[in-house]
Amino acid sequence: MSDISSKFAVGVNPFAKKRSGIADKLIMVVLISCASVAILATIGIVMSLIFETIRFFEQVPITDFLFGTHWSPQTAITAEVVGSSGAFGAVPLITGTLLISFIAMLIATPLGLASAVYLAEFASSRTRSIAKPLLEMLAGIPSVVYGFFAALTIAPFIRNTGATAGFEISSESALAAGIAMGIMVVPLVSSLSDDVINSVPQSLRDASLGMGATHAETVRKVVLPAAVPGIAGSLLLATSSAIGETMIVVMAAGLAANLTLNPFEAVTTVTVQIVTLLTGDQEFDSAKTLSAFALGLFLFVITLILNVIALKIVNHFREQYD
Amino acid sequence: MLNNSVESEQKMSEFEKTLDENGPIIQAKGVEVYYGEKQALFGIDIDFQKHQVTSLIGPSGCGKSTFLRCINRMNDLVDIARVEGQVIIENQDIYSKDVDVVALRAHVGMVFQKPNPFPKSIYDNVAYGPRIHKTVTSKDEMDYVVEHSLKRAGLWDEVKDRLQEQGTGLSGGQQQRLCIARAIAIEPKVILMDEPCSALDPIATAVVEELIDELRERFTIIIVTHSMQQAARVSQKTAFFHLGNLVEHGDTDQIFTNPQDDRTENYITGRIG
Ligand SMILES: Nc1ncnc2c1ncn2[C@@H]1O[C@H](COP(=O)(O)OP(=O)(O)OP(=O)(O)O)[C@@H](O)[C@H]1O
Ligand SMILES: [Mg+2]
Repeated sequence: MSDISSKFAVGVNPFAKKRSGIADKLIMVVLISCASVAILATIGIVMSLIFETIRFFEQVPITDFLFGTHWSPQTAITAEVVGSSGAFGAVPLITGTLLISFIAMLIATPLGLASAVYLAEFASSRTRSIAKPLLEMLAGIPSVVYGFFAALTIAPFIRNTGATAGFEISSESALAAGIAMGIMVVPLVSSLSDDVINSVPQSLRDASLGMGATHAETVRKVVLPAAVPGIAGSLLLATSSAIGETMIVVMAAGLAANLTLNPFEAVTTVTVQIVTLLTGDQEFDSAKTLSAFALGLFLFVITLILNVIALKIVNHFREQYD
Repeated sequence: MLNNSVESEQKMSEFEKTLDENGPIIQAKGVEVYYGEKQALFGIDIDFQKHQVTSLIGPSGCGKSTFLRCINRMNDLVDIARVEGQVIIENQDIYSKDVDVVALRAHVGMVFQKPNPFPKSIYDNVAYGPRIHKTVTSKDEMDYVVEHSLKRAGLWDEVKDRLQEQGTGLSGGQQQRLCIARAIAIEPKVILMDEPCSALDPIATAVVEELIDELRERFTIIIVTHSMQQAARVSQKTAFFHLGNLVEHGDTDQIFTNPQDDRTENYITGRIG
């Protein structure tokens, strides 16, 4: 019986189920289980962060952690130093993190924005087709490479320049790490801002150009103001990636938990301390080890907040022009 | 009463005649436009008179927008577009080398199909042109220009209490009138309108059409429209385009009641489109 005749056969329900739907269900199950793995992993990580942090705060008061200005987590390791309990004031780490991220954004914001504006508005399509992939390649360089670039090129350069000017600058400094990190996030800032600038509708440019504004005036007075919210969002995302960056700071900023805002001094960051706390053999329930979880949770909360705000801003911006 | 209106009609036509005698403000001579290899307009010759509204009509894709965009060189913005021939505005060929497009567009304004107010306040939208061209220096003068332009665009009463609110927060019809106010704030000689009512409802359309008729007093207007009724209502002259050719142009009455070309007749009676 051909398909046609079965379709129109008298007395047959034309809407009868023809496919069993097993394949559909199977695909569904596979997809759901894959998605669940990712979600469960995230939940697991967050839960373990939270539980270990709670255990840490059983040993060290939370106020000491949040407001203490002294960080030296060396608890008793050998019999001789029993009694030294370690200090877990996170303020120097937090200021170190903020200082380096601030320097990084100070560099990445103008460089990233300027290259985004140039690429999106002024570059010929030929230049764009060469420059954009190059810029994106910058994002593909592993951060450890930026790290030794910072430690072996930028830091000595700063030290030597300082020496000729008569300053004593340590070979590890917030500045060296901040510069390298700034260069590292330039592609992030520029590609996000480039997207934002491109999503400003052509009709707004036409309106401005059609009134006799020059291209530069149009960019300055219409395109950029319209893109500001989105650009702010992309800067926040870049900041949060700078805050979470580890390798560069390990290599270039040092381990000394100095409480300072001087960019020429060695500082340390939350991420660096987590690394040093957990490398090597550790007792799992010492305050020292547990403090890493507290730092991790802190970092997680900060970057989460930044990302949520940034995505809100960027999405709101997109909607505005749909 | 009857006498009166006949008299005023006579006066009107006399008035129009003197305008005609002022000569055409825009002359297109042999305008051809190519998009890459593809030719979109073929040898367009047409004059536009001062203080008249001219409608450009024709089926979709026939080149109306392309021709309109030749008049203020918006086609320069399309990389692949190439324009040949001459467009002469007040005795100056706008495609000659010494013409600055920026200055040209200050004289030949444009209103687009989709209302496109800037994401700025209503005030700043209207003040945009005067600011970039620095035609207005003092705050008082700017206030005056903004108010005056909004009044001429018939929007003042609706927005006078909320000039600092976003222009994008207005209704579609209000936005389009805001765009018209923005265009006339720099006192162009010519206003080009590309289907300015196609995104508007009938009531907003009626308001804008009335506005176009009033604006004619001060500006020369060229309007692209898909609506025959609109062309008949707002324009004194009509030009019919078909497949990149200017088939016929003349008085609107004549085009609609007594078209010379079969293609025009077929189009206005709805047989091609
Ligand atoms: N940017 C462009 N690139 C390539 N071809 C184009 C471009 N703009 C227009 N064209 C072509 O030129 C011809 C005329 O287009 P135009 O937009 O002027 O038509 P139109 O009469 O305004 O049509 P509509 O009534 O649909 O707006 C069309 O065939 C179109 O495909
Ligand atoms: Mg068109």
